[in-house]
Amino acid sequence: MTSKKKFTESNSKYSVGLTTASTIELANNSSPFQLEFGERLTSMIVEYETYGTLSKNKSNVILIEHALSGDAHAAGWDSNEQAKHSDRMWRKKKPGWWDTMIGPGKPIDTNKYYVICSNVLGSCYGTTGPKSINPTTGKFYGLSFPIVTISDWVRVQKLLLEKLGIENLYAIIGGSLGGQQALEWALRYPELVERCVILASSAKLSTQGLAFNAVGRHSIMSDPAFKNGNYYNDTAPISGLAVARMIAHITYLSEEGMNKKFGRRLQDKNKLQHGFDIEFEVESYLDYQGKAFVERFDANSYLYITRAMDYYDAAEIWGEGNLIEACKKIKSNVLIASFSSDWLYTPTQSKELARAIVRAGNAVTFADVKSPYGRDAFLVETKSVGRLLKGFLTGGEKR
Amino acid sequence: MNPSHKNIKDLLLEKGLDLKLLDPAIRELPINELLKFTKTILSSDSHLKMSKDKIIRWQDDIILNEIKNQSTILDLGCGEGNLLHRLIKQKQVTGQGIELLEESVFKCIEKGVPVIQGNIDKWLEKIADNSFDYVILEDTLQTLLYPTKILMEMLRVGKRGIISFPNFGYWRVRLDLALRGKMPVTEWLPFHWYDTPNIHLLTLQDFIDWTNNENIRIVNSYTLAEGEIRDLKAGDNLYADEVLITIEKGD
Repeated sequence: MTSKKKFTESNSKYSVGLTTASTIELANNSSPFQLEFGERLTSMIVEYETYGTLSKNKSNVILIEHALSGDAHAAGWDSNEQAKHSDRMWRKKKPGWWDTMIGPGKPIDTNKYYVICSNVLGSCYGTTGPKSINPTTGKFYGLSFPIVTISDWVRVQKLLLEKLGIENLYAIIGGSLGGQQALEWALRYPELVERCVILASSAKLSTQGLAFNAVGRHSIMSDPAFKNGNYYNDTAPISGLAVARMIAHITYLSEEGMNKKFGRRLQDKNKLQHGFDIEFEVESYLDYQGKAFVERFDANSYLYITRAMDYYDAAEIWGEGNLIEACKKIKSNVLIASFSSDWLYTPTQSKELARAIVRAGNAVTFADVKSPYGRDAFLVETKSVGRLLKGFLTGGEKR
Repeated sequence: MNPSHKNIKDLLLEKGLDLKLLDPAIRELPINELLKFTKTILSSDSHLKMSKDKIIRWQDDIILNEIKNQSTILDLGCGEGNLLHRLIKQKQVTGQGIELLEESVFKCIEKGVPVIQGNIDKWLEKIADNSFDYVILEDTLQTLLYPTKILMEMLRVGKRGIISFPNFGYWRVRLDLALRGKMPVTEWLPFHWYDTPNIHLLTLQDFIDWTNNENIRIVNSYTLAEGEIRDLKAGDNLYADEVLITIEKGD
């Protein structure tokens, strides 16, 4: 444990230390934000964190994109101030979601780079979403919150950078749903992105992915506590959200990974009880994941974010259905990495994107990382991912 | 006439043999030269000894000279990306490597060389026609499952192909097999039969025959022969240790 602590404790020289999130108003009545599907937000707050120091010529900015359940707190330890906030108490227990990669001397080196991570629109971690108050009604948005898209998220992030006086990105980096945001950045703002890192992701979600998301949403919406999304003054649809998370966790692990992790081992017992309480370790794991998630996530946000994930199709947006045509827009150096046992964003899909970039006449770097950890691999395979990130971020410098 | 002063052609003609299947490269080989070769092969201390002057990646300098500034390059089996790195730096090319080994892929990335981790054949078939000015295949042809398919693919996706391979017709290799009766192990073929990645060994003449049959033009050709780098010439099927050949589709 000592070696692990050395890297993760807030007073470690490899940690960004205690962090404080900032919020910024990016839309109001006089300058509303126009969403992709036509609606407008007349109030929009975005929460973000930054680590490292912005260089004089502002050329060292790396934007980090979080995945489905992530937040702006990518690295370091939440300072007391925010953890006091009752709905963020869980953040006291562990460092930011990508603390293994971001910090002084870590692959995304905050001694060199100015790292920014912002929470996406529709989420529940400080950025405007269904849990926010609708300024026109004075009530919670709930399902009256407009549908948001990955393109909207990227445009919000661009707006954030403008407000911070930043024009170019040294790199944009994201995994899973974050990888799709990184791709969207490279397509929407090709001139502004020098390097684009897309981990465990693809240009669109597979049919199987759509199906899993549908089941997750169905579980939430059929929970009697859901009440068409108007549950904020009452009990949240926690059992529906827990089931959604349990299903998601099955997809995050591979068959091999799950077998390795749990096998058919029994939970805290030597023999079967012949009933319907938890018998196997894997049941206990899913139960725990479901319960832990409902403490920290909003069911409506889950609906909005999975929908944004469903809708994203880079080929449709940028190439009239043709991914090669879309990829002709890319000007950044692109690194794509897939993880062998990921069955939600499969290596085949990642390869398809890499091939499209090559066919579009651009160079690409594609790494096919062997890993039994499925969807989780981009967070768990710290050795390979760290080396890829460090190599790609610094390798380009010597060119 | 002292028989040892005759060449092989004279010796065989004297025995009334038909020479049309004889490798042209050895027709004029003097018998005493053959004896000298034989002595070398049979002297145990010379066998398996890697010559100290093995010139590692001698092809790279020639390729670097051959390729025009700002070309587009695909390097198949690019290894750790040394050649592409030099081409990108010195010739401002747009380079793309394909490499299977994870460790080599990491090394490429650390150099800033764009690389795709995967099988050459699987990736090649996904690349559009005429995507590159040059497609490079260094020291890999003899390891491929479908070598001629890959060669044709190279000329589909690129204007020119640059290929290097060890020549199995090199006298050391030929005589090693003939005299010792074992699979040859040399500096360019440094493996045993059971651990060699070289599954499709060929001679320079085999390659030339293939280009003739497929109407493929040899644009340039070089060899590393007896430690010397020079233009390829007639008779090199016997003397070329390694060859580097640039090809394009014939008219």
